[in-house]
Amino acid sequence: MAKMRVALDLEIASDVHEIERVVELVQKECRQLKLEPEKCSLNVPVALTEALSNAILRGNREDVSKHVRVKASVNKAGDMLVVDVTDEGEGFDLSASTRNCTAPENVLAEDGRGLYLMQCLVSRVEQFANGGNTVRLTVQRG
Amino acid sequence: MSFTIRKQGEIVVVDVEGQLIVGNRQELKQKVLDELEKGEKRFLIDFSQTGYIDSSGLGVLVSLSKKIREQGGELRLANLNDDLKTLFELTKLDTLFQISDSRERALESF
Repeated sequence: MAKMRVALDLEIASDVHEIERVVELVQKECRQLKLEPEKCSLNVPVALTEALSNAILRGNREDVSKHVRVKASVNKAGDMLVVDVTDEGEGFDLSASTRNCTAPENVLAEDGRGLYLMQCLVSRVEQFANGGNTVRLTVQRG
Repeated sequence: MSFTIRKQGEIVVVDVEGQLIVGNRQELKQKVLDELEKGEKRFLIDFSQTGYIDSSGLGVLVSLSKKIREQGGELRLANLNDDLKTLFELTKLDTLFQISDSRERALESF
């Protein structure tokens, strides 16, 4: 990854009630970058909420002794935000776990939309091992 | 974030203030199920004061819709802003729910 400025780097407990606070901090960064309004109000908040809830509920299984690290970085041109969400879980296969929730048999399902939404709402979603399991969301202006 | 429940005629109206996400979805679900258990049949959820909804919030809406229908009732939605409309369209949930542009229209539609 090209040289990036770290805008935010924090660790949170494995508690879903922490999510909104972290999302607000990243939203603030989106507004400073002058990302499009819908990216600040919808795309980033929802995609990040999904990444954080996956990390807390599935990665760390809500084990309060485990943490989730959130690192947001901005490129030199100031038009790209990269958010890494790292948990202490074993990781998962992103493409195998993503279900097309718009398929007729899935529309009425009560769950299974998280990974699909993440991939619809940001420019790129990647998942890799990085001293833990990391989901990387990349959002580009324009 | 909070949920306000009030009756307008025969309809239970729920206002969602703030986000509807994994941290509070269960609260909304329980409040609506409590009303359903009391015998209420018609429900309207108003999103005029809602920021964003995540997949678990959408899941709760689907779940409530099913449970209310099983009891012979109906759940309708109102006042989705452009962001929320996008979310419902992306997930095709706009095809599952009857969605009105205003609370008044939604109330009249029952």
